[in-house]
Amino acid sequence: MERFQKVAVPIAAILIFVALWEALVWVNGWPDYVMASPSDLPAAYSRFWELFLTGSWQTLWRTVAGLTLAVVAGTGLGMIMGFSRIARDGLYPLLVGFNAVPKATLVPVLALLFIGQHDFNTVMMAFLISFFPIAVSVGIGLSTLEPEYRDILRSLGASKVTIFRKIALPKTLPEFFGALKVSVTLAFIGTNLVEIISPHGRGLGALFLSGQTNSNYPLMFAVLIALAVLGIILYYAVVALEKIFAGWAERPGG
Amino acid sequence: MTDLIQIKGVTHAYRTPNGPLPVLDDLNINVPEGEFAAVVGPSGCGKSTLTRLVAGLMKPDSGEVWLHGKRVTSPRKTVGMAFQNPVMLEWRTILQNVILPLEIVAPSMPRKDRVARAEELLALVGLSGFEDKRPSELSGGMRQRASLCRAIVHKPDVLIMDEPFGALDAFTREDLWQTMHELRAKEPFTAVLITHDLRESVYLGDQVFVLSGRPATTQYVMNVDYPGEGLRKLDGLYTPEAAQMLATLREQIQIAQGRQPGPEVH
Repeated sequence: MERFQKVAVPIAAILIFVALWEALVWVNGWPDYVMASPSDLPAAYSRFWELFLTGSWQTLWRTVAGLTLAVVAGTGLGMIMGFSRIARDGLYPLLVGFNAVPKATLVPVLALLFIGQHDFNTVMMAFLISFFPIAVSVGIGLSTLEPEYRDILRSLGASKVTIFRKIALPKTLPEFFGALKVSVTLAFIGTNLVEIISPHGRGLGALFLSGQTNSNYPLMFAVLIALAVLGIILYYAVVALEKIFAGWAERPGG
Repeated sequence: MTDLIQIKGVTHAYRTPNGPLPVLDDLNINVPEGEFAAVVGPSGCGKSTLTRLVAGLMKPDSGEVWLHGKRVTSPRKTVGMAFQNPVMLEWRTILQNVILPLEIVAPSMPRKDRVARAEELLALVGLSGFEDKRPSELSGGMRQRASLCRAIVHKPDVLIMDEPFGALDAFTREDLWQTMHELRAKEPFTAVLITHDLRESVYLGDQVFVLSGRPATTQYVMNVDYPGEGLRKLDGLYTPEAAQMLATLREQIQIAQGRQPGPEVH
């Protein structure tokens, strides 16, 4: 019963959302160039089916690649900031400043730096936009480790590496996954930013752009929905990983 | 015979932005093997610093700490620690938490033996059946019991406890006091207990050391002659002899507080 509810409730919510959307368009009598309605979408999907598949794949793999980079670099930076006060004091303002730069402005910069390297540029952008939350949360997780946790092992003569592996690393995992959930969506935005602003004919962003240039409005909406679906898939993939590696942090009834 | 723990003329100060803050001043404490030393003193007088010194987690500015005839300059594997916060690793089960020190101290010990050792201790403190629970599923008192098991699982010569019962309610605390005596009867160890509870110090301690206010020095030492035979009983705390000891200790604490200007008083 509980399992059924877990699946049925979100599906019902989505159905209600689609019905309201359809009703909104119908009541206002909007033509599809103002706002497409859900009933316009199946036609768009069936007509461009193959483009959707290749586009989704391109968007997906580049997002995941950027995110993987962000995890590696973000964790590394976080570890440096978590263990060294000097590094923390030095890096923090830099990171905050970098994070404050609107990433859309970096698209042409990257495009000029690495001309024609579209896959690389896209992965880079996904990485640049998504590593910050990971670095900060790992850094904070490590630097706020209560001294008693360390003392338990230190009093036994354990090495720093052992303390990190047995205490600091697992204790930071819940914060890490919290940040990763934010980063997943950000990386996704990064990928699409490049695909739309710097057209190179790849990914769902490119499909969106061609919908715009051809005044095919149902196609544009169909791309938006496809993006949403990809985002949901990626997000829940992270949730599944979190359950496996940091499931202990979930309190019953919490 | 030399004492297992010897703290000889230890003086220590913390460096703060407002200059050095002396916390220990010519502190001397000796604990013979197998004895239980309780250390009481005004709050903020440097009791916790003492535990870190004995554990080898820090070095005193001057003076020496000796364990088992060897000078302590760095952490040793023969020490067990328990804190007010039971510091359970939430991602491990209770059993895995208790096993933790063995993973560091005896990496070659077969897993089967580690588990057996941990189960034996958990049974001693009444936690049989909770081995596979997560710490978050246990009450504060149960977590502290598990943390005591972890502190002695590797058979340390010295158990250092920093107010381990301080955060517990009165009944749970008294339960754990008794558990402490039962553990000692089966697993002899030498212990240093930091506490601010005078009844606790009398019930558990063979000796009670009263520290003066900051910077702390040994102000008074009491040899506890606990009323009754055999394993100490809580009833003993309600006898005239115990009342006499508690009165003496309270008096000493008052003297200690009087000497201290006290940073808490603004």
